[in-house]
Amino acid sequence: MNEELSNVLISKEHPMDDYLREDRLPHIWCSGCGLGTILTSFVSALQKSGLDRDKVAVVSGIGCTGRAAGYLYLDGFHTTHGRAIPFATGLKLGNPELKVVVISGDGDLVAIGGNHFIHAARRNMDITVICVNNFNYGMTSGQMGPTTPTGARTSTSPYGNHEPPFSVPYLAAASGATYVARWTSLHIRRLEDSILEALNKKGFSVVEIISPCPTYYGKKNKMGSALQQMKYYHENSVIRHGSDPAESGIDLGGEIVVGCFINKDKPTFLDSQKRSV
Amino acid sequence: MANNGILQGSFFMDGDTACAEGALAAGCRFFGGYPITPATEIAERMVLRLPQVDGTYIQMEDEIASMNAVLGASWGGARAMTATSGPGFSLMMENLGLGIMTETPCVVVNVQRGGPSTGMPTLVGQGDMMQARWGSHGDYEIIALAPSSPQELFDLTIRAFNLAEKYRTPVLVMTDETVGHMSERVIIPPPEEIEHYPRRKPDVPPSADYLPYKSEPNSVPPMACAGDGYRVHVTGLTHNEKGYPDTVNLDVQQQMLERLINKIQHNKDDIIELHEDQVEGADIVVVAYGISARTAARPIRLAREMGLKVGLLKLVTVWPFAEERIRELAPKIKAFVVPEINMGQIVLEVERCAAGQTETILVPHAGGGLHKTKDVLATIKKFA
Repeated sequence: MNEELSNVLISKEHPMDDYLREDRLPHIWCSGCGLGTILTSFVSALQKSGLDRDKVAVVSGIGCTGRAAGYLYLDGFHTTHGRAIPFATGLKLGNPELKVVVISGDGDLVAIGGNHFIHAARRNMDITVICVNNFNYGMTSGQMGPTTPTGARTSTSPYGNHEPPFSVPYLAAASGATYVARWTSLHIRRLEDSILEALNKKGFSVVEIISPCPTYYGKKNKMGSALQQMKYYHENSVIRHGSDPAESGIDLGGEIVVGCFINKDKPTFLDSQKRSV
Repeated sequence: MANNGILQGSFFMDGDTACAEGALAAGCRFFGGYPITPATEIAERMVLRLPQVDGTYIQMEDEIASMNAVLGASWGGARAMTATSGPGFSLMMENLGLGIMTETPCVVVNVQRGGPSTGMPTLVGQGDMMQARWGSHGDYEIIALAPSSPQELFDLTIRAFNLAEKYRTPVLVMTDETVGHMSERVIIPPPEEIEHYPRRKPDVPPSADYLPYKSEPNSVPPMACAGDGYRVHVTGLTHNEKGYPDTVNLDVQQQMLERLINKIQHNKDDIIELHEDQVEGADIVVVAYGISARTAARPIRLAREMGLKVGLLKLVTVWPFAEERIRELAPKIKAFVVPEINMGQIVLEVERCAAGQTETILVPHAGGGLHKTKDVLATIKKFA
């Protein structure tokens, strides 16, 4: 390899260093967790978006994904459990110049925060929500949650979960979101493109990301290594852009419908409010 | 109306409306709330008036969301408030704590009604006074003001916003249904006569070394908001001066919590406002706040007409508590008489500070109405 080429390929700085709080690394996430690649996809999308980084704020709730706001070198708010969306709502209305992104987990967003999720979608609040779904509460060592498939085992469903789960895309679409997509953490390029689309979308945009939790969910459900779990989700995915979100439910061992379900335009909360006064 | 959309002059209005107008005069430009009797009129006034001053109103899905939206709006740079009553106040408690922990200036108004639970939605109560002090989990200090009239509700709402900015903390306005719904003369002064404590911004440019929670001499760090370029990290976890979580270091916890408490404790002289009437030389001092301070006026007058030496110590600031003043008065008097529309809350503080130096007598009221003159008078007479 000639010197010129090696200079191109080798750098002292990681190309994303400037987007991360290096003094907070290493992160607390388990090896094999999908959150690392998800954060990378988010940063890549942000780099491509052309957004002024000083005007981008990330709001998280509590949980494994809730720590995301703390690793990004942006204005970041690590709020209480379930409350990222109402906090983000106030932040956006307090300073409408901001691009406000919520990055949080499925338990945080659609269990304890479920009411906020549907109402922010209903009023088409101009925020982007990245919902990382690992099918359980990882931070507290793997309890069942609102997305745990029926039959799946967790520490609080030792006989198999007897409740039916929410489908995040269906919930988002039914509540009025303008952009709804789902990918797995191994669909790296598609995920990045989708996050970019969501960031550029006016209104309430939602990207759900299926992410392995090898430490708890994967182990309890005998899904093998982290890599096997990641591959399992990827290989069981079928891309169906524009398909009916009502058909996006995830059964234990069944296929995972991914793609962009909804991409439409309608007035945001602030647009409508301005028009009404 | 002055040309900036803020009222000016003499008006006849109810307390809730006066609260809303006070907020607007104080520069409040965000209201996030949820309807609840008897505080709804504040929201109704705000939704009407905020668009006239380029502000934003949002009716959230519940009071949990309201409290969070207020915190978010404050970090977006707006002066922000919410208003509620008992049940909603309970729902706000967790995230009131987030506001305290993240040092977020904002104002929460509680128009108290009879409780517990759904209680007496349309009738007066003062049963949330201890919840105001201790309702959120963990240890903290809080500022709470108690107005006795629509005029005071106007004035103290402005003061609440200024204290919130000065000490970077949520400030509670603990009013009640009677004050909120009574209509009286309210004088709104010209804008130049209204105090405005601006948000203190960092005096250093953004850099990676910037410490958003640095301990300043007065214990209150300046506040860089989202979008200011400082890229702050704000968390409800125990955090160091950089704002980064450090949840296992006991020194970090100690330092952070001490500063949160000291910024209020060490500035009590500035925060505590008391109105005293003939307290010096009195045998009996009636300690009261909110509407109860007002209903105490008649029994006090009648007692004085009988030749009794009775003073009124009105707690305009209820939290932090005026403990030094109570300690000072205790050895000089025969009794503190404390009428409140609950079964004994602030009386516990008075008793604690009196420390056995004098009698401390509660005149309770279960809620739904005001004290009868004869009940307060009988207690005064008994101990005079």
